[in-house]
Amino acid sequence: MIRFDKVSKTFKRARVLDGIDLEIGLSERVALIGSNGAGKTTLIRCLLGEYTHDGSVTIEGQQPRKDRNGVLAKIGFVPQLPPPLKMPVGQLIGFAAGLCDTDPQRILDLAGRLGLDTAPIMDRQFVRLSGGMKQKLLIAIALGREARVLVMDEPAANLDPEARKIFFELLAERAESATMLISSHRLNEVSSLVNRVIELDLGKVVLDDRVADDISLTGLLNCRIVVKRAEPALAKALGSWNFADRGGGLEWHGTVAGPDRLRFLGMTSRYVALISDMSMTEADR
Amino acid sequence: MKQLWLTAKLDIVESLRARWFLIYSLVFGGIVALLFLFGLTESRVLGFIGLSRLLVTYIQLTMAILPIFVLITTVRSVAGDREAGVYEYLLSLPVSLSAWFWGKITGRYLVIFLPVFAAMVGAVVIALVRDIEVPWAMFGYYTALLAAMCACFLGIGMLISSFARSTDMAQGAAFLVWLTLLLFLDLILLGVMIQGKVSPETAVAIALANPLQVFRTAALSLFDPQLIVLGPSAFVILDNFGATGYQAFALAYPAILGLLCASIGYLVFRKGDLP
Repeated sequence: MIRFDKVSKTFKRARVLDGIDLEIGLSERVALIGSNGAGKTTLIRCLLGEYTHDGSVTIEGQQPRKDRNGVLAKIGFVPQLPPPLKMPVGQLIGFAAGLCDTDPQRILDLAGRLGLDTAPIMDRQFVRLSGGMKQKLLIAIALGREARVLVMDEPAANLDPEARKIFFELLAERAESATMLISSHRLNEVSSLVNRVIELDLGKVVLDDRVADDISLTGLLNCRIVVKRAEPALAKALGSWNFADRGGGLEWHGTVAGPDRLRFLGMTSRYVALISDMSMTEADR
Repeated sequence: MKQLWLTAKLDIVESLRARWFLIYSLVFGGIVALLFLFGLTESRVLGFIGLSRLLVTYIQLTMAILPIFVLITTVRSVAGDREAGVYEYLLSLPVSLSAWFWGKITGRYLVIFLPVFAAMVGAVVIALVRDIEVPWAMFGYYTALLAAMCACFLGIGMLISSFARSTDMAQGAAFLVWLTLLLFLDLILLGVMIQGKVSPETAVAIALANPLQVFRTAALSLFDPQLIVLGPSAFVILDNFGATGYQAFALAYPAILGLLCASIGYLVFRKGDLP
């Protein structure tokens, strides 16, 4: 599906990618991890045909730079930092849908599923939306077409728990038909989404490993938390995960999306001294 | 073609929302309003009165303002978009590089040409309402001159944007280009010639190669068909081109120069890193 063959990229004298050889198959979900400057963004830009480079990159045998339209029609991309576009939301959707030959309504429906009501913001400048709204819209544009490759840079970073749950469902719907490349600084942010981990360091692949794929993207966990005393900060944090208070701030119930369990545990770890009992049980859907 | 028009439309909408466009439109609309307000149509210079007097002044002012305005706003927005990550995202969509580049030029061309043209049309409308005679031939030629001027400096701006990797560099280069063209206007060339540092042929060649000077001379040629104010160099122009020939040259040369610069800019853009 995707093949990097001895891909190298040098900026002035700095070698940012150093002979990358990779083969990524259909329906693989790959975490691309590494610290700042490891070469993740450069590799993605080579894949998108935005950078010239040594070696070759092909997607289903086509080169992104040479066959731009054909290759990019297959790729849905979500950047880490939303671009500061002054155009209205409606125009952006129309522009993307026009280029990708997709129905704008499909993008609007996906945005709606992610909890973004587009009707009141169609005339608002994209740059004036909140971080979460921008992220939802960019995800909807990337997923609102027949993309065979999804390239996402920290895609869930600005999403609330409910939107993340739906986002994981949307990815699950594409799991069999698309290849996903998810970039992140930290593995724990994306570990539950992927079945392969590629780590870059100083422009080289230093780790390429398959990981257990037991977590369902659509799975849910029923969760119960009992705390020693009511604490407003914990109540606020659990409230943001849509947990319900079942006893004066002392007992909380809610559901967590399967791939979000690590993030949820990370949040609760901040209040670990308060927690007297906690359970997470896989729910039947 | 669909991709080109989508990109052009995108650039138009982005520009209409930008502050520079508001200032740009206000400046040119304001010039016409002020010229009417100060009663320029009633004043007389070399026999020119009415709307022709106003149009001559308008074109002279436009020649002073438009080039630097177009150069700076073009390089700022193109290089700025690249720096801010706009290119990274929009060029990840399936749009060909030629459609993107020429679509951007098309959109920007309309955005920079229409306000200066609209200001002139506004002047004509006011003249018609006030029953002032409209010099249609002059209006037509000045419209074409403005169109050529926009094409010329937009092309140069796009070329600079393709080379420069940062907004600061692009702005600096644009300013330098404008300053160089300004330095080689007739007044300075005349000074250099008087000092005997360059031959008259070289000075005239430089003047003919400088688009700012070409516009200046062409605008003068309607105002002063014998180009008396240019002195002996007028003979070179009138002998080689003739008055009409020079007016045609003044439209074709800057437009071709702009197109050439834009084409080189496109080749550089296509060959290099996009974001």
